[in-house]
Amino acid sequence: MFTIPEFPVLQDAISRATEAEVLRALHADRPRLAGLAALLSPAAESHLAAMAKRSAVVTSQRFGRTMQMYAPVYLSSFCANRCAYCGFSADNTIARRVLTFAEAESEAMILHQRGFSHLLLVSGEAPAKVGVDYLEKLALRLRDRFAALSIEVQPLATEEYARLFHAGITAVAVYQETYDREVYKQVHLAGRKADFDYRLETPARAAAAGMREVGIGALLGLADWRAEGLALGQHLAWLRKNYWRTGLTVSFPRMRPAQGEFKPLLPVSERNLSQMIFALRIFDPDVGLYLSTREEARYRDGMIGLGPTRYSAGSCTAPGGYGLENAGGEQFEVGDSRSLAEVSAAIQQKGFDPVRKDWDAVFQAKGDRQQAA
Amino acid sequence: MLTIAGRKFRSRLFGGTGKFSSPEVMQEALAASGCEMVTVALRRIDLNNPADDIMRVLDRDRYLFLPNTSGARDAGEAVRLARLARASGGGEWLKLEVTPDPRTLLPDPIETLKATEELVKEGFKVLPYINADPILALRLQDAGAVAVMPLGSPIGTNQGVLTRFQIEIIIAQAQVPVIVDAGLGAPSHVAEAMEMGADAVLVNTAIAVAGDPVRMARAFAMAVEAGRIAYEAGLGAVRKDAAPSSPEDGLGFLR
Amino acid sequence: MKVLCNGEAQEIAPGTRVADYLIQLGLDASSVVVECDGKILTREEYGSHALQDGSVLELIRFVGGG
Repeated sequence: MFTIPEFPVLQDAISRATEAEVLRALHADRPRLAGLAALLSPAAESHLAAMAKRSAVVTSQRFGRTMQMYAPVYLSSFCANRCAYCGFSADNTIARRVLTFAEAESEAMILHQRGFSHLLLVSGEAPAKVGVDYLEKLALRLRDRFAALSIEVQPLATEEYARLFHAGITAVAVYQETYDREVYKQVHLAGRKADFDYRLETPARAAAAGMREVGIGALLGLADWRAEGLALGQHLAWLRKNYWRTGLTVSFPRMRPAQGEFKPLLPVSERNLSQMIFALRIFDPDVGLYLSTREEARYRDGMIGLGPTRYSAGSCTAPGGYGLENAGGEQFEVGDSRSLAEVSAAIQQKGFDPVRKDWDAVFQAKGDRQQAA
Repeated sequence: MLTIAGRKFRSRLFGGTGKFSSPEVMQEALAASGCEMVTVALRRIDLNNPADDIMRVLDRDRYLFLPNTSGARDAGEAVRLARLARASGGGEWLKLEVTPDPRTLLPDPIETLKATEELVKEGFKVLPYINADPILALRLQDAGAVAVMPLGSPIGTNQGVLTRFQIEIIIAQAQVPVIVDAGLGAPSHVAEAMEMGADAVLVNTAIAVAGDPVRMARAFAMAVEAGRIAYEAGLGAVRKDAAPSSPEDGLGFLR
Repeated sequence: MKVLCNGEAQEIAPGTRVADYLIQLGLDASSVVVECDGKILTREEYGSHALQDGSVLELIRFVGGG
């Protein structure tokens, strides 16, 4: 079982880091967790440019000059949880919508038309609206037209992930939101999500089920971002040791305005976010790093080549937002509203290749495959 | 303290008993090394020379015996040797060596994995000797090996840790102890292996054929200690590339 | 009768037990492993196991090795 130390322990490790330790971590072949702590510390801030440079070198060695493109499809804005920070919280009065299979397919095909081959299927956590049966059926429908389908939904059991894997889902994203148990309790007011430990074990369950990739992350702004970074590093290291066959990714959702007007408890600046990304890249050269459209175009362009390896474009965070009428309420406001073509052009301008297809459904073993009706 | 399969070791140097000029020199050298576990091989008794028995000089109370399956060319032979070793009172510890090529004595990965799976089922504590193949190390660990023993360079070549890059990966990924074995020809080699983070090393040839094996054993023991302390103390930064020309190089886009 | 011991043909008296044979060879039973006709014998069996005509014996001991 993966366990995480109490936040004060993580914070202490970070605050004790010296500049000497920062430099050591910056130049070590493979910094260990103590090195990651140093890179996340205030002592590293004056070395941000050097961190960017190292992060860029490591990213280039491992990923070449590429950026993988993906798009989210919001399937449902129904949610049984009451998370203080989220637009979909059960407490918020927004237009709720769950897409039918035909609607979900139509949204997906709009993205297909635009050129996307990697989709992230997102939903609020409401099993009655979007449960395993729904996801399984949808995956079977879509798998032939997309290279990879990942999900960001409520935590599921291992057997359920296994079912979805056989249906064509390749990756699972589940963010702990915050690794600070105390803050977690405060912001997750009700619903299954209130169970910190069950959520914490979810990436392991997805990996055990055979998912090719598992994505973790913290919602930046809830608790001390430096300690979140260290916790993410620990989580990555644990997953690598225990599920060595599984690919890993980290996302960095940074709190933005949403319904409910939740103000970040501990605001995270762009510099902070960059430091976190560079630190994790240096710590784990192989991890995929997502930078979503929550961030501004200017920032995302600046970060090309410095660490992130997965960009979305043209994202809508409301179910039906791409092409349907009466789209539901948004989960969050988008910072970079450029189209795939525009973001791809920006990526190419920087000398990188926007990769729309990096896998093929043909490689994924099909279980008892049934054609969707 | 090093722990392998639940057993603690103060010394991270393991010794081999082969190639010494005499059992007496072997005994003195092993004592000087401070090692607590020694490898032994199994061979047909030379009936013309029945008294030639290293057991006369090897104290079983002092050293944990690690019988090896040297000579085995496939999993079947290795399993047979393992059972013979256990029957001779060798305990359950086993260094699994499957080396079909007598020229290079490089280990066969496929037979090694097969034999490990079988021997783990039979209750052996298997320490497989392997080429420094990180995926193989993971597979053996998954199969129940209690440690992995990747080579630094082929047996007897004394070339040091030629497989450095792969061994670093094995050390980073392994959940069982990593014992660098074979090809360690000088104390600086074992120091290097320990500085990388290896849990232990096994040295045979370099000590046995040294001009003064007893003094060489002492040198190796000191190098193992030095390397380990250095690893735990945190080695200094080795600058790989120059510092940026201005403090905010390339970060002008940040707000 | 003839037995094959470590690959060499040897003449021994009928009914010879393993323990006696080891003494004849000048070997200390506590450091020898005996495999008779493919089966590994336990130390306790040395005293009782009688060799047959045509038995194939492997007498093995620990030697130096890396």
